[in-house]
Amino acid sequence: MTDGMNARALQGVRIADFGHVLAGPYGTMLLGALGAEVIKIETRKRPDEQRVQHGGGASSDYESSSNFFEINLNKRSVTLDLSSVKGAEIARRIVAESDIVMENMRPGVMDKLGLGYKDLVKVKPDIIMLSLSGYGATGPYRGYTAYAPCFSCFGGQAELAGYEDAEPNTLTSSCDSRAGTAGTFAMLMALNLRDQTGQGQYIDLSSSEVLNAMVGDQMMDYAMNGRSPTRHGNHDAIMAPHNVYRCTGNDRWVSIAVASQAEWEALVAAIGAPEWARDPDFATPLSRWNNQNRLDVLIGEWTADKDAYDVMALLQAQGVAATPSAKAKDLFSDPHLVARGAIAEIEHPKLGTRKTIMPPWKMTQTPPGIFGAAPLLGEGNDYVLRDLLGIPDAELAQLMEDKVVY
Amino acid sequence: MAQNGGLALKVVELCSFAAGPYCTRLLADFGAEVVKVERPGVGDESRTRGPFLNDDPHPDTSGMYLYLNTGKLGVTLDIETPDGREIFRKLIADADVLVEDRAPGEMERLALGYAALSAINPRLIMTSITPFGQDGPYSDFKAYHLNLYHASGAGYMLPMNSTSLTREPVRGPGFLGEYDGGMSAAVATMAAVYWRRHGGTGQHIDVSKQQSMMHLERSQLRRFIDSGTSPNRTGMGRLLESLVQCRDGNYVILILSSQKQWEGLFKAMGEPEWGAQPPFDTQAGRSAHYPELRDRLAAWAADYDAQDVFEMVQAYRSACAPAYTAEQFFQSPQTVAREYLTEYEHPVAGTLRHPGLPYKFSNMPEVERRPAPQLGEHNEDVLVERLDYTRQDLVRLKQAGVI
Repeated sequence: MTDGMNARALQGVRIADFGHVLAGPYGTMLLGALGAEVIKIETRKRPDEQRVQHGGGASSDYESSSNFFEINLNKRSVTLDLSSVKGAEIARRIVAESDIVMENMRPGVMDKLGLGYKDLVKVKPDIIMLSLSGYGATGPYRGYTAYAPCFSCFGGQAELAGYEDAEPNTLTSSCDSRAGTAGTFAMLMALNLRDQTGQGQYIDLSSSEVLNAMVGDQMMDYAMNGRSPTRHGNHDAIMAPHNVYRCTGNDRWVSIAVASQAEWEALVAAIGAPEWARDPDFATPLSRWNNQNRLDVLIGEWTADKDAYDVMALLQAQGVAATPSAKAKDLFSDPHLVARGAIAEIEHPKLGTRKTIMPPWKMTQTPPGIFGAAPLLGEGNDYVLRDLLGIPDAELAQLMEDKVVY
Repeated sequence: MAQNGGLALKVVELCSFAAGPYCTRLLADFGAEVVKVERPGVGDESRTRGPFLNDDPHPDTSGMYLYLNTGKLGVTLDIETPDGREIFRKLIADADVLVEDRAPGEMERLALGYAALSAINPRLIMTSITPFGQDGPYSDFKAYHLNLYHASGAGYMLPMNSTSLTREPVRGPGFLGEYDGGMSAAVATMAAVYWRRHGGTGQHIDVSKQQSMMHLERSQLRRFIDSGTSPNRTGMGRLLESLVQCRDGNYVILILSSQKQWEGLFKAMGEPEWGAQPPFDTQAGRSAHYPELRDRLAAWAADYDAQDVFEMVQAYRSACAPAYTAEQFFQSPQTVAREYLTEYEHPVAGTLRHPGLPYKFSNMPEVERRPAPQLGEHNEDVLVERLDYTRQDLVRLKQAGVI
């Protein structure tokens, strides 16, 4: 366990993962990247949406979804029909062997299945259970359903994203990932508290609240001054220039942000000290902020015939913050990310060898990693049901026959 | 340390602005003892950032500072001076975790790099949060939140559901990417604390904000691996969701990602005839006629207030939500019922009521809720009570500008 580079931070920690779609599964995937054993409990009777939904409809192929792959790495899959008495009982036996239970079903569903916290503490008194939902497990909207765009809307983020003169923006599925990451933190906190107190924990996480807490500083304007903030495109409350500017190529842009007079002077020097930069309208931080729309046009004229990565190199050399608005294509072959080992290639029996993004931490003693691809449905049945729970072969055959293991 | 199982962890924070302070505040929420080290006379950059109480800039009334630094002890220390570094090393000798956000190489320049600090305290977990990580070709690059949002690939995909590429890609809300970096660091730090408790040692954790943000977008970015085409801000113009404006001018997001979601929405709309006929009667048909579908949904929603649409659609168990402003969120019956907002007194800013913890723990430790520290508020508590300096030493250190 303390064996230098081979150690994993969460070695010996087991998660019973009742998650589906994105937020919950993302959260347990991070625990897997840190070395925990994650057992995904699912069934082909009602497959995880992420295995089958492809925008235009449902697929009958449960094993070729790259989206499922991306958020279920490092897991084992056991197939159980939880709506059967026997299936729920086996699930409780898995929980009895686990440290943490994660679920993101609609509040109340786990209780109905006999898998609520009060049922699970009976089989594992110090169990840690995380319930991750859109609006939380209490309050008048507790039964309401939500996908990521709902969290970002309800939590006040959508109002703060997008163009100043256009509608709010709901952001991408990253809001699911954010809720999941907050769940990961909460589970790790509970694990450390359990070490101190010997007690488990029931955690009720509201994804909307997670997103709201992550724009907490923006909320302070309402908290202190009664003003609800709104969206401003790329612009900032203080800094200018602070925008993206069009470059050569197809839909290529570079972001440039200037915080100080020194950075402004460095920017002016880097772009060849043009005549317009001596305009009194751009002489001070306040005047630049007040005249930023005109400033944006002028900087955009300078970037228009340049490559976004060339602009980054030129400006960064002078200490000016500039980065391209990177496309996925750029990132997967970016020299910096590749040099840092941020991109890995993973084998999957159906999807083949795929490039994917590594966990975002480097740890000198417990390097995180991708230790296994996303599981095929039931790929871990043998390990979980036979090895871990010791279910005899004949009984297992019967369970499969009865579609309890399904 | 809190009596009822508060997290027994001594943390030193050498951070500014949002990412690092958010990381340690997450720990302080559970009772970790966080000593925040700030530059004498200046302090955390967020103190100059606002929003300010009554629009009156004051280092102790910045909303960002107050929100991100509750529950911490504050000391001032100039680590550019030998005395300041000596005090810093004494703090580290007694700490479990150091969270720092200096540019790569800065801590080494001050002889406070991981090698030097782990020699003082081998069990130290040092978490370094930087824009691009400790090594690699961009490690010395400068990046503010805007730049990170775009460098991570997240900005290029916003605003999602754009109808064309005419307008520019934009950053996310507030300083979201900074919080992402802080949350990511908190996850790795707590995993390292767990490992250390279970037979492990101290270690150095290198957190890249760029990669933290990019990792959150993996479900989008993988589309390039699937198809060879990078997803852009129009790429989601498919059958997943639709934002509609309601009678009262407020917006609601409707979810359309599956047949099941559609069925609830269809019933909530009163089963309109068009919804039961081709092409709108199948997921594939709705997907192929998405713009027309959006128009029909907008026309329906325009007859109701946002809150009505929310409740009508949810009554049929389909997902949707209103796009709340801060005021609407603070006043939502859900927010009120869950007691999500936290309220307390701050000696300078007065009564504060702002976002609290987004998770409820059944065995939550009883943690003393202290307001964010004023600049150098706990110099005496920490230096005299904890590090055995005398009050006379404090006077001399203050005179020399060290604290």
